[in-house]
Amino acid sequence: MTGYRIPFGGRIDRSRPLTFTFDGQSYEGYAGDTLASALVAAGVTVFGRSFKYHRPRGLVATGVEEPNALISLDRGADRVTPNLRAPQISLYEGLVAKSQNRWPSLKHDVAVLNDVFGAFFPAGFYNKTFMWPRSAWEKLYEPVIRNLAGLGESPVARDPDHYDATYAHCEVLVVGGGIAGMEAALEAAAKGGRVFLIDEQDELGGGALADTTLWATVDDLRARLAAADNVTVLTRTTAFGYYHQNFIGASERLTDHVAPFAAKGAREKLWRIRAGEVVLAQGAIERPLVFNGNDVPGVMLSNAARTLALRYGVAVGRRVVVMAAHDSGWRDALALHALGIDIAAIIDMRTVVPGDLADEVRAAGIPIYPGHAVTAVSGRLAVKGVTFAAYGTGKPHKLACDAVLMAGGWTPSVHLWSHAKGSLEWSDAWGAYLPAKAIENCRVVGACAGAWDLGKGEISSALPNAMSVRKQKAFVDFQNDVKARDIHLAVQEGFRSIEHIKRYTTNGMATDQGKTSNLNALQIASNVLGKPVTDIGLTTFRPPYTPQTFGSLMGHHKDALFQPLRKTVIDDWAVAQGAVFENVSQWRRARYFPKAGEGMDAAVGRECQAVRSSVGIFDASTLGKIEVVGPDAAEFLNRMYTNPWKSLQPGRCRYGLLLREDGFIMDDGVSARIAEDRFHLTTTTGGAPRVLSMMEDYLQTEWADLDVWLTSTTEHWAVIALQGPRARDVIAPLVEGIDLSPKAFPHMAVREGTIAGVPTRLFRVSFTGELGFEINVPASEGQKVWDAIFASGKQYGITPYGTEAMHVLRAEKGYIIVGQDTDGTMTPYDMGLDWAVGKKKADFVGKRSLARPDIVAKGRKQFVGLLTEDPYEVLEEGAQIVVHPDEPVPMTMIGHVTSSYRSTTLGRSIALAVLVDGHARMGETVHIPMPEGVIRAKVTGPVFYDSEGSRLND
Amino acid sequence: MILIHCPYCEEDRPEVEFTYGGEAHIARPLDPSALDDREWETFLFVRTNERGLHAERWRHLHGCARFFNAIRDTVTDRFEVTYKTGEPRPDLTATTKAAKAGGKA
Ligand SMILES: [Zn+2]
Repeated sequence: MTGYRIPFGGRIDRSRPLTFTFDGQSYEGYAGDTLASALVAAGVTVFGRSFKYHRPRGLVATGVEEPNALISLDRGADRVTPNLRAPQISLYEGLVAKSQNRWPSLKHDVAVLNDVFGAFFPAGFYNKTFMWPRSAWEKLYEPVIRNLAGLGESPVARDPDHYDATYAHCEVLVVGGGIAGMEAALEAAAKGGRVFLIDEQDELGGGALADTTLWATVDDLRARLAAADNVTVLTRTTAFGYYHQNFIGASERLTDHVAPFAAKGAREKLWRIRAGEVVLAQGAIERPLVFNGNDVPGVMLSNAARTLALRYGVAVGRRVVVMAAHDSGWRDALALHALGIDIAAIIDMRTVVPGDLADEVRAAGIPIYPGHAVTAVSGRLAVKGVTFAAYGTGKPHKLACDAVLMAGGWTPSVHLWSHAKGSLEWSDAWGAYLPAKAIENCRVVGACAGAWDLGKGEISSALPNAMSVRKQKAFVDFQNDVKARDIHLAVQEGFRSIEHIKRYTTNGMATDQGKTSNLNALQIASNVLGKPVTDIGLTTFRPPYTPQTFGSLMGHHKDALFQPLRKTVIDDWAVAQGAVFENVSQWRRARYFPKAGEGMDAAVGRECQAVRSSVGIFDASTLGKIEVVGPDAAEFLNRMYTNPWKSLQPGRCRYGLLLREDGFIMDDGVSARIAEDRFHLTTTTGGAPRVLSMMEDYLQTEWADLDVWLTSTTEHWAVIALQGPRARDVIAPLVEGIDLSPKAFPHMAVREGTIAGVPTRLFRVSFTGELGFEINVPASEGQKVWDAIFASGKQYGITPYGTEAMHVLRAEKGYIIVGQDTDGTMTPYDMGLDWAVGKKKADFVGKRSLARPDIVAKGRKQFVGLLTEDPYEVLEEGAQIVVHPDEPVPMTMIGHVTSSYRSTTLGRSIALAVLVDGHARMGETVHIPMPEGVIRAKVTGPVFYDSEGSRLND
Repeated sequence: MILIHCPYCEEDRPEVEFTYGGEAHIARPLDPSALDDREWETFLFVRTNERGLHAERWRHLHGCARFFNAIRDTVTDRFEVTYKTGEPRPDLTATTKAAKAGGKA
């Protein structure tokens, strides 16, 4: 192919030349060119290397269906986008483009050996060859395959661009801005509703842009659309997915068509559009012909050559052969001839060719060969000539040429139609599936409805060459390098359904989803199987229509906006204190408060010591809180929790354990009875929403007769945990209206009064094993009260502590954390919480399940403590536990470590674990195999500190 | 994204406002302790796993927060009808046949 710029015509702006580079070489084009048209005009033939065989490949198409010319567009550091289709890249000054899948260069590619040894790469090659030995996969096969195969390289750095997103609603949404689409939009607009018209090209017009006789019509339609104020036209916008109830996802490319320095604002905009009616006007895609040599650069779709010539003023070659099975190829030949391009011959596979067109072609002096077909193409990096012959035993002729055009007929674009699960019906006239019945409120117009006169054709399913299919380089799927012989092979090996043939050969599974190959594969399979096309099934198109950037799908949902970050009212204070934070579900919590030069271990040790010896202060505001109110509140909680609640007196607290109906622990927390008909529930930090949802579920759908109201109060209360032997002394000067003496205000009691002048629900509870209070105050007063307590605690060395110290302190006491020490398969008995189960209660959620055979069986994992033999060894959380360290791999694992810490209080490490029959293993030695060696540990009870609980009741 | 009609709000709202609640019309036994293991297993775990019209619970979590029931076609993912908790399952055999015959609905 020796393309050149035709000295006149096209929709390019010849007054605006543009310079760009391709693989480092500089070229010139014009405004209005695409990368593809400018490169063809410059005589470039090879656009890339093929996926599997690394064969040199040229441009095939001028639209979205292009399978070969995949380009990495380089817009500066970290702005390289791979796998873009050259005919869809608008040219701009300074554009930098690179070909893909070649090494070291496009012209000299070492992996072309794949092609020489192509006989060894048949369908299913990967499945068959790299099966054994398994060990070789990771080290040998995968790295080698990854080096040789694959399309463009994905960027490794963070995407510096930002992406916009919006919602829209309209009465009618039209996809496709060709004549049919524009007419449909105008028709809808006349009825007065909101209309959207979406088209993926730079300008409206679709296929008509390649037909100068239709330009006046296009201009007129565009002007009328511009004048209609209820029509929104989105060009450079791809409607990539059609979802339920006429919900369309579309991506608008805002800046990729302008030079990087001129690009302002968001790169892309994601449109989510809900339409009353969707009109699909996506047109049709021309079908390649499958013959030996059909992938030599310079063999391309006939309509692509026409588009290059009429829209971009580019001739694909100086001497062109047209191979046709459809009238449209003849029309294209005449159009090119009129521009002075030499048409060497029209070789038509049909014996009967259209009479009127034949007359015109003969009058133009173009030789015609009906009933003939190309049997070979010469040339490696560009077409040099063709061999062709009459069907069957015909004598081969040779013809020199530099381009071969394929006119194989048309395939209506039913992609979005298929996304919306519209049904398809086979049309013999089109040799393709056409839209039949819609599920959504959707209709199809123009060529994609089959309602457009593109001429007549014949679909041929046999190769036009009598030579054995195994010897022919007749490609069906250019992008995935699938040949006709691969489909033959798949059928020989027993595959019958097109879905299986597709997966075995990978036909249609590349980034283009088989836009040019699916129907040809179907025809060949039908021919080899000797069954009608309609009997072997149909593969389905799925979103996205074209590959989309992750950036556009993410939109603004990144960094701080990825998900909400919840902060307590004490957060600012913690930041000022230099706290190190961790995220717990959506909450940001202070993990520890290091002093200058202090690491985590030292800080946590100091914080724990302060709590055990004097007093520590902890922000517990993230605890989930639910207010349960109503005459039946106690009855409701009695049914929900394992514990008895009716007997709980106002002013008292209780540890509540919540199971799912299957008997496994779901959540826990200390709750208080504030009044006869009012409870203040607490849940775990992450569990609040699901606990509330579960309670609402039972209340609304099972026990609607109960008079109870549930209100989430998590964010209404700031909760300050004050823990340690000095806790009472710290708050005593601040509290009014509450007798703090141990007798009047015992452990697990709640009182209402004021603290620092602020109304409080004061809980005497402990998650550390020390004397402790949890001071609930309205969130708006939280910082004020915190400051007052902190000032009052100065004389006792009050120490703020974070979640890490909280974890250590509770682990020393063997208090569980649901979700850390339990995993959704643990019962109260497994966790040693039998005491929290009200055995006399007739029913509660999960009670019946506690008698399930599997739950009463032996061999369940049970909650225990572990003490390593080496007191300085800290086990890894999640580490597996075995009995016999010498057992060969895979070893019998009897449990795992759930919590593990360095305990300053105890001067050694401690761990919690779940262990098969753990309660019966007290005193046994178990083994924890780690990469560095086996660790020995002794099984103990889970309470390591103050097992009598005397400090609590101080 | 599907639009779901909340029978309490009487509005079509986007799917993200709702949460799924499993198969509908499975009442918790009034006295679970009276059930043998097999009966309890059936209540806990056995579901119809319908191909086609499926009665299921939904909750308008980010709206009125009410639970309600829906008949959804598990093949097409279409909501045929939604109705309030406590109401009987509507008989849709006639209406769905009509809808299918019409092609669009
Ligand atoms: Zn609602």
